[in-house]
Amino acid sequence: MKPSRLFAFWMKVAPWIKGTPWIKGTPCPILFAFPPRRTKRVGNHEPKPASYLGSTSARFSYWMKAVQACALAVAVCFSLGATDASSRFNDLGHRLMCTCGCAQMLGECNHVGCPESGRERDELSAGIAAGKSDKEILASFAAKYGATVLAAPTTEGFNLVAWIAPFAVFGAALLGAVLLVRRWANVSVGKSQTAAQVSDPATDALKEKIRRETGSDGGF
Amino acid sequence: MAAFGSFALLIALALAAYNLLAGALALRWLAAGQPRWIQISPERLADTARRAGIAGFAAITAAAFALVWSVFANDFSITYILEHSNRALPAAYKFSALWSGQEGSLLLWAWLLGAYGFVLRLTHKRDVKLYAYAGAILAAIQVFFLAVLNFAAPPFALFKGAIPDDGNGLNPLLQYPEMVIHPPMLYLGYVGFSVPFAFALGALMMRYPGEKWIKITRIWTMVTWLFLTCGIFLGMHWAYAVLGWGGYWGWDPVENASFMPWLTGTAFLHSVMMQEKKGMMKSWNVWLIFSTFLLTLLGTLLTRAGLVSSVHAFAQSSIGAWFVVFMGMVLAVCIFTTILQRSHLKSEHQVESLVSRESSFLFNNLVLLTACFVILWGTLFPILSEYVEGSKVTVGAPFYNAVAVPIGLFLLFLTGVGPLLPWRATSLKSIRRNFVLPVIALWVVVIVCLAVGVRPWKGSVFDQGNFYALVAFALAAAVLTAILSEFVRGAAVIAKQSGRNLLAATWLLTRRNTRRYGGYIIHIGVVIIVVGLAGSAFNRSVENEMALHDKISIGPYTLEQIGATQDSNLNFNSEYALLDVYKGGKKQFQMAPEKRVYLASEQPQTMVAIHSTPSWDLYVVYEGTNPDTGQPIIKAFLNPLVGWIWAGLVVLVFGTLVALVPSQKPAAQKGGQP
Repeated sequence: MKPSRLFAFWMKVAPWIKGTPWIKGTPCPILFAFPPRRTKRVGNHEPKPASYLGSTSARFSYWMKAVQACALAVAVCFSLGATDASSRFNDLGHRLMCTCGCAQMLGECNHVGCPESGRERDELSAGIAAGKSDKEILASFAAKYGATVLAAPTTEGFNLVAWIAPFAVFGAALLGAVLLVRRWANVSVGKSQTAAQVSDPATDALKEKIRRETGSDGGF
Repeated sequence: MAAFGSFALLIALALAAYNLLAGALALRWLAAGQPRWIQISPERLADTARRAGIAGFAAITAAAFALVWSVFANDFSITYILEHSNRALPAAYKFSALWSGQEGSLLLWAWLLGAYGFVLRLTHKRDVKLYAYAGAILAAIQVFFLAVLNFAAPPFALFKGAIPDDGNGLNPLLQYPEMVIHPPMLYLGYVGFSVPFAFALGALMMRYPGEKWIKITRIWTMVTWLFLTCGIFLGMHWAYAVLGWGGYWGWDPVENASFMPWLTGTAFLHSVMMQEKKGMMKSWNVWLIFSTFLLTLLGTLLTRAGLVSSVHAFAQSSIGAWFVVFMGMVLAVCIFTTILQRSHLKSEHQVESLVSRESSFLFNNLVLLTACFVILWGTLFPILSEYVEGSKVTVGAPFYNAVAVPIGLFLLFLTGVGPLLPWRATSLKSIRRNFVLPVIALWVVVIVCLAVGVRPWKGSVFDQGNFYALVAFALAAAVLTAILSEFVRGAAVIAKQSGRNLLAATWLLTRRNTRRYGGYIIHIGVVIIVVGLAGSAFNRSVENEMALHDKISIGPYTLEQIGATQDSNLNFNSEYALLDVYKGGKKQFQMAPEKRVYLASEQPQTMVAIHSTPSWDLYVVYEGTNPDTGQPIIKAFLNPLVGWIWAGLVVLVFGTLVALVPSQKPAAQKGGQP
């Protein structure tokens, strides 16, 4: 992502994020990440009560800001996208396959006298020299050699499923696990309150003895 | 010998079938009572089944011996020998011809399964009934493999027509020392997962009381997991030393197939602790073992049936339908048994907090299974794409680097976090206390890396490889600090109590809880491996045509060509270059990268020259000669930290062996209590 696009994205998103610091009407990513200490509050903001400091809400707020700062730093790293010909050649060479059947990426094909890789490399260099975008070059290779020349599925049509599915499955599994654990935690609180009234120490000890004798020798 | 081998296989099938039927009948009669007209007792019938299993192993051993004998005797009347051996093949590789083709490797599978079954049946007195169940299930698996060997892929099939004087030879890719060890090791892992599967299914079928079966299963799983781990790493080293592209892992479908059961097996080894300690996740654990076994079958299906294109194409055939049907049957049995015995799988406790040891195991499992899904998805997506869109796509390294690497790093993060969390629930104070040092180590490494030039950008371009490497180094430091602080904390207490020095106290600490501290050593091995893998972000290479006394430089080394020559023997012709390697102007050593052309198969093969140091590997490939000038073309790679991967494996193996040793009982228990 180019810095200009990132900035445009930021301009759209920032106003929706609560607590964004602003400078002359412009959201400032750096100030957002590292907000200045405020000595006094103005306007309608009521000062936070002393109990707020160190409370769960305050900690959550600071953690959120830390996470946002990290995310922003990563985004800035990814946005540094200036390109030169040799790095583009190297990058694209690792996004294309050699078509000789060696199952290696074009940038790594080491066959002397390979009937395909030399020609493909020349075509790649020519495409870069002609000022074509990465997308155009990859599309021209796919049109000429078929979709298998691309080392990874594209992000269009059905191929998009290849990229989405892993993250969707992980997200769903993570969400499901968190919700399940929270539910279990709530149930166990209820149970422990009930169990405290009906608990039989002799039964508990017997259960623990059975567990010890039928298996576990410690572990983690 | 062909007739003897075929007959031995037929006998083995009959014995396995008897083992299955008699064993199943005996267990049924034990559970539901036996008809009056039957004279033999169920116990005696079960014992005959067990003995049939032992005899079956002898029969399969005879068949395997017959095949190996035929290879050494150059019996080219057997098609398998004709296609996978030749007279000039060195003895070690003649032995490895046993698993170089489909029929032979299926025979190896059956033999290893027989060997595992043999050990299991000999130790049956540990728990007669559970072992009888497991033995019958193993017999069912054995019946399938022996049926395939007898009817679909017979290794002793005779060649039709005039018998040639010499065979076609072994695939050159397999003529490398590691190929004598890597496949059997991998198969020991693959086949070994049949045993925990048999115990898990058997325990579920018989509604085994208590968690003792888990202990038995865990030990078998650890041994199997160790074999699979070694097999995978040997395969990586083989790929590194033979394929000549400078890497060790190409996300090849068959590599992926071996990695998937490893991931689910690893998940099981973690979550099984929850069942042992807390009686949790019973259903989950059982299904992890079921999935692991099914994935080993899938791996074999991918390797043997050629569903996806792979560098392992040397062992493809059309036995896919057999495997698909068998996998379907196994899945149906697993689902049916789970539904039937669902009340037995009810958890006794549940996770009580999001931030606890239990939840860290849960999330660890989640990440491992997601990684397994990602790899399965990437491996099978070309087939899916072809089915949906009518055209195949390639799912290669860019996909896995983008999807699997972040998941792997998250897993590394959990490796560090998990052991620092207490069981049940944790407080903010304890989190702060346990995490201070690892977080400091993390940031120190980040700063040091940035200072020495490991930055997530090159010039003004974001560098994904460097970024991942930086994150990996930082997390590795944090995890290592967390693990070492666990050791130090425990050892300090013992040192204080017993007056021993810290080293002796650490030894005693490990002896007292080998599983826990063996596990930590395994984690240290993983950290070392991750550091080695992260080094690949800084690989460099240079390629040049080199006339006599020409030089190329890479990193601190300068290579000078001092001779290019040829050699030949009965097995292959070779061309190689002699290169003097200089560092700081002084000659250090000589390298001789080679290219061979095997006479029987007429196929070329690279023999890479590698000079390994803890900092990097100098990896030199002889790529052949320029047809116009006749000069050799040399490609040299400087691969940082590769040696750490193999060193990490050694630590990991050591940790696993420590974890397998029973813990030393405290003195009070040793003396014997009433």
